[in-house]
Amino acid sequence: MTHILSVSVLNKPGVLTRIAGLFSRRNFNIESLNVGRTENPEISRMTIVVNGDEKTLEQVQKQLHKLINVLKIKELDQTQIVERDLILIRVKCTRQQRSEIIQIADTFRAQIVDVAPDSLMIEATGTEDKLEALTELLRDFGIAEFVRTGIVALSRGQVIER
Amino acid sequence: MPKMNGGQIIIESLKKENVDVVFGYPGGAVINLYDALYSSDIKHYLGRHEQGVVHAADGYARSSGKVGVCIATSGPGGTNLVTGLANAHMDSVPIVAFTGQVPSSLIGKDAFQEADITGISLPITKHNFLVTDVKELAKTIKEAFFIARTGRPGPVLIDLAKDVTQAEMEFEYPDKVDLPGYNPTFEGHKLQINKAAKKINEAKKPLLYVGGGAVISGADKEVRELVDKAKIPITTTLMGLGIYPENKELALEMLGMHGTQYANLATTEADLLIAVGARFDDRVTGKLDEFASGADIIQIDIDPAEIGKNVSVDIPIVGDVKRVIKELLPYIEEKEMGEWQKYVIDLKKRYPLKYEDDGSETIKPQYIMEEIDKYTKGDATIVTEVGQHQMWAAQYHKYQKPRQFITSGGLGTMGYGLPAAVGAQVGQPDEKVVLIAGDGSIQMNIQELGTAAAYNIPIKVIIFNNNYLGMVRQWQEFFFEKRYASTKIPAPDFVKMADSYGIWGRSIDKKSDLDKALKEAMEHDGPAVLDIHIPQEENVYPMVPAGAGLKDMIEGEK
Repeated sequence: MTHILSVSVLNKPGVLTRIAGLFSRRNFNIESLNVGRTENPEISRMTIVVNGDEKTLEQVQKQLHKLINVLKIKELDQTQIVERDLILIRVKCTRQQRSEIIQIADTFRAQIVDVAPDSLMIEATGTEDKLEALTELLRDFGIAEFVRTGIVALSRGQVIER
Repeated sequence: MPKMNGGQIIIESLKKENVDVVFGYPGGAVINLYDALYSSDIKHYLGRHEQGVVHAADGYARSSGKVGVCIATSGPGGTNLVTGLANAHMDSVPIVAFTGQVPSSLIGKDAFQEADITGISLPITKHNFLVTDVKELAKTIKEAFFIARTGRPGPVLIDLAKDVTQAEMEFEYPDKVDLPGYNPTFEGHKLQINKAAKKINEAKKPLLYVGGGAVISGADKEVRELVDKAKIPITTTLMGLGIYPENKELALEMLGMHGTQYANLATTEADLLIAVGARFDDRVTGKLDEFASGADIIQIDIDPAEIGKNVSVDIPIVGDVKRVIKELLPYIEEKEMGEWQKYVIDLKKRYPLKYEDDGSETIKPQYIMEEIDKYTKGDATIVTEVGQHQMWAAQYHKYQKPRQFITSGGLGTMGYGLPAAVGAQVGQPDEKVVLIAGDGSIQMNIQELGTAAAYNIPIKVIIFNNNYLGMVRQWQEFFFEKRYASTKIPAPDFVKMADSYGIWGRSIDKKSDLDKALKEAMEHDGPAVLDIHIPQEENVYPMVPAGAGLKDMIEGEK
């Protein structure tokens, strides 16, 4: 079971090491981890995707809370969030294939960010599923390399009660 | 306001934290701090090894209830603290450790005596800091003491770049800490407390299982009241010994791998287990699915992460143990001794701790513990190393009060005892401090005899000498067909060794000599070493093999 944790941390030296170290020594699995600045320059937000049952998740949250520089931990309800992942893919292509690849990119609202004689670089954002679908389609052309940021996510604003 | 350097700022900050004793070992990176110590009123105890220094601070903290403070230099000074920090972390002991670091301009350059001690100590401290700016110094010390002593206590390390201790500024100690990410819960949840009270009142076969958290919280009075009011039998962990007087009727003493049979049987049969400041360690529970399998579980602990970590809990209460029990008590119904209580008392009669005494001149280790208990009228502070002697000390001495038994529980650190005894005596100068040691363990930090001698710290070192690493040998006897791989360890002449430090020493191997030798050692004005030769292949019973259920104990000799 995959869980997304949004963790606010104080921007102190070593805070990333503390969190990464905690996961490894307590034998928890991180699927992805993303750190970035927030509206407050003293605070960073980490989006951590973890795999495990409810019991493991509870321990992860409690152990994270014990870290002095961790301010807040929230498990995001995956039906009530906007989640995004960014991918850069360099895909091999001949001159003849170029327009076909650009068409695929357009369908996914992705950008062509670099063109070389034998390859194209595509930038795409979206949910994990979308990026996986895109990667899958491009695989036929030959993927030279790719990099993904991992998920960042925020809860949606007001939820409308029905 | 006059300016002072970082070293002096540390001294002034320590005074603000009411520190009057520190343990340490000097070096190049902390030389400014030592220079400031030189002209201060703070008493500094020079150890003989940094590991000794941190264990001494640990023993001091456990015996006095205050924060232990230790100092080491950069590089090897810091790395030598590692075992002591891990030890304190496992047993929740408040320590503030200062380490020197190379000047901030040299950090990361592999400078002489540089080691990344904040990186190294990260998983074995409650928190740690690297200070590279003197402006942060006083604030950091304030935070370190606050973190070390509040909530679930633990060791905090402050790494000091050398230039910080040289730099000058005006001293100002903050009144408050600003730690938005650190808010321990002290108050128990009312609703949970009510639920727990109801459960306790309804239980037919309740059992208290009390650990070191109750000692740290100072909850001995509350625990006693709870036991006496509701007539709940009580068993303690190794760390909880002394929270309730062991000579009382409902005291079942220690449970677990080397616990009493009556404690383990009562645990197996209870219908309600009330865990107080205890963390369901594997040495306590044995096979988890069989541990108190017929019982509902109430768990009171200040650390929410301990709740549900190893077992599922029916009624968790997060909070300071002392406060929670105090709030719980008015809701608890006064009870008379019933069937369960009579049954448990009968278990004590049926399955007493026992050892074979053939009436010869052999000195049995269990007998030594009984004699020490008798001689000190159960009033001494008993410190131990780690191994068989530690278990005999836990079993055959009846503990009466908290902080009376000082031992390395979680980490099981051989070499802890001698320096911890030094620290414990410094923390409680008027108590009799007796170290129970094995001949293996004591050799791991034996250099600390030098510390005891130099300050005339009157600890009584009783060595249970069997020329074996006895606990491992016992496992080899039971589970490896007596293939004693590397556990035979010829001991040195401890009397000569003591003598070389100018310490009183004596060695005995006859039971008839024990009385007199013990008396001489105890009454000697200063540290004393008594080397007692015990049978080489004596075992600790009862024993629950690792991974077995508590009811599957090996009982031992008839």
